[in-house]
Amino acid sequence: MKYALRKVWFGFVVIFCTGVHAEEQKIVVDMTGDVQEALQEALIFAEPGTIIEIGEGQFSFSGALSLDVPNITLRGAGMDKTILSFSDQKTGSEGLLVTSNNVWIEGLAIEDTPGDGIKAKGVDTITFKDVRVEWTRGPNVENGAYGLYPVESTNVLIDGAIVKGASDAGIYVGQSQQIIVRNSRAEFNVAGIEIENCYFADVYNNITTHNTGGILIFDLPNLPQKGGHSIRVFNNKSIMNDVANFAPPGNIVGTVPRGTGLIIMSNREVEVFDNEFAENASANLMVVAYPREYNDPGFNPLPQNIYVHDNIYGRGGWDPDGAAKELIAPATGLPLPDIIWDGAVDGVWAAFFGPSERDRLYIKEKEGTTFANLQFVKDMILPWGASVLRDIKDHEGSFEMRGAIKLPQDNDMAEVVSMKELVGRK
Amino acid sequence: MYFNMYFFTKLLRHTALVVLVSPLFAQALWGQVNDVALMQSKPAKFLSEYGLFDNGAMQSPAKGLLPYSIKVPLFSDYARKYRFVYMPMGVDAVYSADEVFNFPVGTVLVKTFAYPADFRKPEENIRLIETRLLIHQKRGWNAWAYVWHEDQTDAVLKAAGKTLPVSWVDIAGVAHSIQYAVPNKNQCKGCHTFNKKLSPIGPKARNLNYNKTYGEYTHNQLQKWTDEGYLSGLPNLEKVTEIPAIDDASAPAEARARAYLDVNCAHCHRAEGPGSTSGLFLTYGERTPSAWGYLKRPVAAGRGSGGLQYDIVPGEPDNSILLYRTQSIDPGVMMPELGRTTVHDEGITLLREWVRELR
Repeated sequence: MKYALRKVWFGFVVIFCTGVHAEEQKIVVDMTGDVQEALQEALIFAEPGTIIEIGEGQFSFSGALSLDVPNITLRGAGMDKTILSFSDQKTGSEGLLVTSNNVWIEGLAIEDTPGDGIKAKGVDTITFKDVRVEWTRGPNVENGAYGLYPVESTNVLIDGAIVKGASDAGIYVGQSQQIIVRNSRAEFNVAGIEIENCYFADVYNNITTHNTGGILIFDLPNLPQKGGHSIRVFNNKSIMNDVANFAPPGNIVGTVPRGTGLIIMSNREVEVFDNEFAENASANLMVVAYPREYNDPGFNPLPQNIYVHDNIYGRGGWDPDGAAKELIAPATGLPLPDIIWDGAVDGVWAAFFGPSERDRLYIKEKEGTTFANLQFVKDMILPWGASVLRDIKDHEGSFEMRGAIKLPQDNDMAEVVSMKELVGRK
Repeated sequence: MYFNMYFFTKLLRHTALVVLVSPLFAQALWGQVNDVALMQSKPAKFLSEYGLFDNGAMQSPAKGLLPYSIKVPLFSDYARKYRFVYMPMGVDAVYSADEVFNFPVGTVLVKTFAYPADFRKPEENIRLIETRLLIHQKRGWNAWAYVWHEDQTDAVLKAAGKTLPVSWVDIAGVAHSIQYAVPNKNQCKGCHTFNKKLSPIGPKARNLNYNKTYGEYTHNQLQKWTDEGYLSGLPNLEKVTEIPAIDDASAPAEARARAYLDVNCAHCHRAEGPGSTSGLFLTYGERTPSAWGYLKRPVAAGRGSGGLQYDIVPGEPDNSILLYRTQSIDPGVMMPELGRTTVHDEGITLLREWVRELR
């Protein structure tokens, strides 16, 4: 231990907090020498329960950092003050990898990683609070794939994040459960926020702008966790997503048309409400089936039980791109309507009479909201094709959605705030 | 009778405890394995404190360590590897047909990475770079890397890893120079994880099932481990899976390629490993084509896809992400993510041959 902490000095900060946290250990990492070694050693030798602090400054790393100790807070002086730069990174496929439970990362920035920004793999209870991940050269195919990347994790909280420039998704939550993404801003990514193969997610109070697509709720086959469900998307502004798709081909987000507000692809029980979609040149909102061939008998490619209500739609669909231009615009004309459903259904019966009650798309929007059911399946079945249906009243109805997601660490946050106030007053 | 023999061999490997302190390496305490130090949760600062070698610089092991080799080894920038297994007296590993043996608490797996200055003279001018220890403690496996002093007298703990320049001349006489990366403790776990727990990778039956020369004699390693009291439960050797060496031209490319992927990739790329999220599973026994990459689409590959649609396109290595990533040395693209800074030409040649043959 004494060897390991050669470059780290200790401060024991006793925080009295109404008896909840009797004592917490704090390490302030000395970032004046070899920062790679100093910070990595601190992350390895920290005892569970430690707060690891990094001061102000821009610090350059040549390799990935990783954390495998549980119950750790990693805290910088703010997302514009403590900057961890990876533009010289030679090894490692992400800037920071977290593999231990109950980790809280706050107030720092990760810049210019060749791979992903921060990845949390298989973590129970992970929080990103006021964290920035950015590729500073702007949209570029050589940028890393994901900014914030929790995967196979449970109790995921992303709050107050800013993510810019990811060549796949800025905020990407994959194969996880119990998720909140809120108060965050995603700009200049291919996908602003992507929830993929997840169960129980609330995505709210976010701004997604200047991405290729603002928010994606996707489900893909052939993965350990699939059949995404119970997702709520509300109070977000997904506006002016106008960046040409710069994803490396082969990835599913490479198919997202420039200028899309929200895409729901497969998944079930998705509720979309109180959002603002505007200035998205391809389409404000699309509900579609998984479009590629696949070999996975356990996978349902169709979106089921989707409820879209009380959203605001601004201008959209006047200059479609990619599939929106090639497949949708010829059927609907310009501009594309506010809400587009591909009409992909399961079987001939559903093609003619609509999906069963519990597999439907329900819409309750204010008068004047435009809609198209492209009837792709019926169009394939009938030799003379099928015309686009535009009557939004065909989709009247609703279903009972679950209440808000509650995360264990979200209560802790109130405590942390009060602790800060307490310390500040001393 | 059997039991007498059994315990006798176990005792034998520990009876002659000769402490050899070479005058050349006076400061190092080589010679006798220090079980107490090995079981501490905090690692020793110097490798010599564990007493695993009679002579560290020569890689001659202390009593109780048995050298072993892996038939298809993990590629690590062409580093030469010295492997040893140590177990305390009276315990042994339990055989497993497909997975790593069930090693008893107290086991140490020792692996030293080294480069001869010139691979055309592999026994001369050998520079030891690092020695990695996997120690099976009461609370599970622990992993530490020790970096050798330039004078090769001892090695020092580097928990946070280290990058150091290494050069060599290859068998064709071509000079190479790389920034060799010693992994940090967490990076060790990046590969050595099975069901979220730190775990060895190499010592599986199929990797050990071949002959190794011990001094004047040659033995099947599994038999040798059993005879020396390191392994119990070995079935008839005919029942143990055999894998071909990657340069064994008499074996089909498929078997060699799958053995190569098994060792180099499947520690992560399996349902129980860190790469499970990808859905690409490369264990030797994986039989579902889409799981081992056949026309499988990438999931979270990002620019690792290289603009390609599938992990493996039969007959088309240049359109297969598998080849794109194994041929890359860009940290945002390359696979494996860790453990190499150069391309394994021989491995790539094999993978290309296999993918080209696929229909």
